[in-house]
Amino acid sequence: MIRFDNVGKDFRKQRVLDGVNLEIGLGERIALIGSNGAGKTTLIRCLLGEYTHQGKVTIDGREPRSERTLVLGRIGFVPQLPPPLKMPVAQLVGFAAGVCHSASERILAVARRLGLEVEAILARPFNRLSGGMKQKLLIAIALGRDAQVLVLDEPAANLDPEARHTFFSLLAERLAGSTMIISSHRLDEVAPLVNRVVELDTGRIVLDDRVAEEGALAALFQVHLTFTRADAAITRTLAAWQFADRRAGLEWHGTVAGADRLRFMGVVARYVGLLARIEMHALDPAVVLQ
Amino acid sequence: MNAFLLTARLDIVESLRARWFLVYSLVFGGIVALLFAFGLTESRVLGFIGLSRLLVTYIQLTMAILPVFVLITTVRSVAGDREAGVYEYLLALPVGLAAWFWGKLLGRYLVIFLPVFAAMLGAVVWSLFQAIDVPWAMFFYYTGLLAALAWCFLGIGMLISTLARSTDVAQGAAFLVWLCMLLFLDLILLGLLIQGRAAPEVAVGIALLNPLQVFRTAALAMFDPQLIVLGPSAYVILDLFGRDGFRLYALLYPLFIGALCALAGYWTFRRSDLP
Repeated sequence: MIRFDNVGKDFRKQRVLDGVNLEIGLGERIALIGSNGAGKTTLIRCLLGEYTHQGKVTIDGREPRSERTLVLGRIGFVPQLPPPLKMPVAQLVGFAAGVCHSASERILAVARRLGLEVEAILARPFNRLSGGMKQKLLIAIALGRDAQVLVLDEPAANLDPEARHTFFSLLAERLAGSTMIISSHRLDEVAPLVNRVVELDTGRIVLDDRVAEEGALAALFQVHLTFTRADAAITRTLAAWQFADRRAGLEWHGTVAGADRLRFMGVVARYVGLLARIEMHALDPAVVLQ
Repeated sequence: MNAFLLTARLDIVESLRARWFLVYSLVFGGIVALLFAFGLTESRVLGFIGLSRLLVTYIQLTMAILPVFVLITTVRSVAGDREAGVYEYLLALPVGLAAWFWGKLLGRYLVIFLPVFAAMLGAVVWSLFQAIDVPWAMFFYYTGLLAALAWCFLGIGMLISTLARSTDVAQGAAFLVWLCMLLFLDLILLGLLIQGRAAPEVAVGIALLNPLQVFRTAALAMFDPQLIVLGPSAYVILDLFGRDGFRLYALLYPLFIGALCALAGYWTFRRSDLP
């Protein structure tokens, strides 16, 4: 479906992409990883038809540069850094809906699912929203239309745990009919979301591996943690994950999205010296859907 | 609504919220208010009284302010948007490059022309209420001149924006362009002639190629049809074009330059990296 044929890109004399060959089929979920300057953003911009380049990029045989409206009409994009737009949220949503042949209400419905109080922010300039609100709105614009390809650049970085879970659920709803390219510096951030990992280094693909499915993206886990003593750092961290303190900072209870398990374990690992017990149970899907 | 009109509306909404637009509107509104406050409509200079005097002064001040304002704000916002990642996001949406570029140009044109026109229109409306005679021919011709001048410098600004890869370079280039045009206004040319370093035809030719000078000469011609204040240059201009011919040239030439630069800008934009 998506083909990169010997794609190269230079900025002045610096080679940023060096003969990238990649085929991505329908339904694949790619983690595009690599350090800063590896070429991830450049590759994404070539896919979006924003950069001129050597070689060829096609989506179902069409070039994004020469057939922009046809090709980009099928791609939903969430950038890592929100653009500093001064226009009101309603205007941005209206513009995106207009050019994407979607409906503002459809985009706003996704935003509401992500926990945005839409009515309160419609008249506010986009650049005055908090980082999390901007991210939710950009995700809503990408998912609130019939996009077959989702290109997400660190999409969940600014989201709270609840919004992350909703976001993963929204992605799970689209697994069958769409392709996802998720860019990140760290594999652990996106590993549970993907079934293939492509690593770039100095403009070349150095790893292209398929990974085992991690189960449903929409899964939710109930977690109980017991510590040997209370600690302010633990309290801050777990409060950020929206965990409830059950016994003076010694016992904590909360839920973690399935796709967030690895990330959560990484966070808890910081306090392993004080950790006495950890329990993690998958919640019944029927309960999760409610 | 199609992508072209959506983009135009988007640019208008963005501009209306920008600080430069507030300053820009206040400057032109303020000029008219100050001219009224200082009683220019009551004064008599070289036989010009009433609103004609105000319009003549306004057009001279506009010639000094409008081009640099249009150039700097256009290149700042366009190159600034690119640097800040606005293009990366908005141009990832399915909007054609032609719709984007020309829609942005239309939106920006309305935003820069309307405050200038509104200030002049405000002066006319005030005059009507005060029972001051309105020189309609002058008003309409000056409106045309301002529209052409705004288009000309907007086109130049868009070209610079697409060529420059950073806000600083774009701003520097825009300022340089404006400075060059300012340097080649007739006083400098007359100075060159006096020193015998250029043939009179070359000097007049340069003046006629400079949109600022064309605008200035056409504005002068409204109250000095023989262009006496220009001295011998007037003979060359009037012999070449005739009075009405020059007035038409003063409208069409800046429009042509603006369109040419905008087309060159679009051509560059299509073939270069977008963000």
